[in-house]
Amino acid sequence: MDAAVLKGGFRDAPVDAARAFRAAMQAMARPGTIHDVAGAEPPAPLSQAAGVLILTLCDPETAVHLAGAHDCAEVRDWITFHAGAPLVGAEDCDFALGTWEALHPLDRFRIGTAQYPDRSATLIVERWELKAEGATLTGPGIRETARMSLPEVAAFRANAARFPLGWDAYFCAGNRLAALPRSTQVEG
Amino acid sequence: MSDYNFAYLDEQTKRMIRRAILKGLAIPGYQVPFASREMPMPYGWGTGGVQVSAATLTPEDRLKVIDQGADDTTNAVSIRKFFERTAGVETTEETAQASVIQTRHRIPEEPLTEDQVLVYQVPIPEPLRFLEPSEIETRKMHALEDYGLMHVKLYEDIARHGQIATAYAYPVKVEGRYVMDPSPIPKFDNPKMSGMAAIQLFGAGREQRIYALPPYTQVVSLDFRDYPFEASKADAPCDLCGAEDSYLDEVIVDDAGGRMFVCSDTDYCRARRAAGHVGAQGKTEDAA
Repeated sequence: MDAAVLKGGFRDAPVDAARAFRAAMQAMARPGTIHDVAGAEPPAPLSQAAGVLILTLCDPETAVHLAGAHDCAEVRDWITFHAGAPLVGAEDCDFALGTWEALHPLDRFRIGTAQYPDRSATLIVERWELKAEGATLTGPGIRETARMSLPEVAAFRANAARFPLGWDAYFCAGNRLAALPRSTQVEG
Repeated sequence: MSDYNFAYLDEQTKRMIRRAILKGLAIPGYQVPFASREMPMPYGWGTGGVQVSAATLTPEDRLKVIDQGADDTTNAVSIRKFFERTAGVETTEETAQASVIQTRHRIPEEPLTEDQVLVYQVPIPEPLRFLEPSEIETRKMHALEDYGLMHVKLYEDIARHGQIATAYAYPVKVEGRYVMDPSPIPKFDNPKMSGMAAIQLFGAGREQRIYALPPYTQVVSLDFRDYPFEASKADAPCDLCGAEDSYLDEVIVDDAGGRMFVCSDTDYCRARRAAGHVGAQGKTEDAA
């Protein structure tokens, strides 16, 4: 472990995390909206927004799965030092981190049970950019319709079809994030 | 500031609560279990709401706390002071000025905006609890969408009283899926929950449950086609401000049967009186 790992965490954890959570909460409550976050400087290939989410939501009680290129020594050490989250396989994780392609196949992730639909994974998907265009979104949190650039439509439709089961997704690009909960209906 | 961590709770507790809030928003109306902490106030004083507020507040927020609509009751004042001291946030009594509103048993009369968060204090989060005491059974009923028992209860109301006599904590169905307890708000407030622009969060401390409604979520009060839901209130205007559209408290003013109706939302009543509206007993009140 080199000293670079020790850097890039929240400077003022209670306040930085509070602001980051409010952005993350607004994103999850209003699918399709894009929010700026700040405070983390994680090692590549982690985006700033994904780093902020890890610092805000993950700790020794949450299992994290790193997919594809994100499963590298720098990211592993950074998450271990700053969040203390155990790193696990896709089947057991609370949070999964990677590009959309790397996260496949998606049926590995927990979708909760009929009695406890909350026991499900949250995917943190790294994207090149986030745009309020593309697929049409409807559902709770959306007044009429919203639009969001999604990596694909079929997987999100299938995920919404099994509501209240399913996983929820955050999309991160640079310092911006958006979310798509399982309750959102997606039309290509 | 103070010797407390920002907003009192430790960071790991806040992360746990924040994760529960996000799950609640993703599954509207579903009660997410969370590891409720002991707070420096007894259960029944809003420990669930306080924990949700603590996990939600940022230093930029302006907090309003109401208890049965009033800003100046013991519960509201002490929770407001608690966050002034532990989070250093500004507080207000004006609904429009607040970014986070913690409430016990009322929704403000003034419509809330997209920039606001409404946090409810919830005593019993399980709408089926008084019909079925077993948590194992109620959880199964939610999983199977087996809500017949609730309709039997409402039917028995009609059989006994000629109408649905449930006046508060009136059960609602969220997005056609989960039956949810709206907390003990009067049923007058139920229609305000549906399609609300603000995020609604519910915290039950003793019962260790958090649930949520994202903005613009469909919330329907349960009823029957021939006995439709009615948002009722006392059939009178406010005696202080003359409002006919606000929920009223009945106040006994002497021992000779004298009484008056006043807005339960004290900020709404104050703003109306400041704008020159006067109710039947408003003048005498101002003189006294």
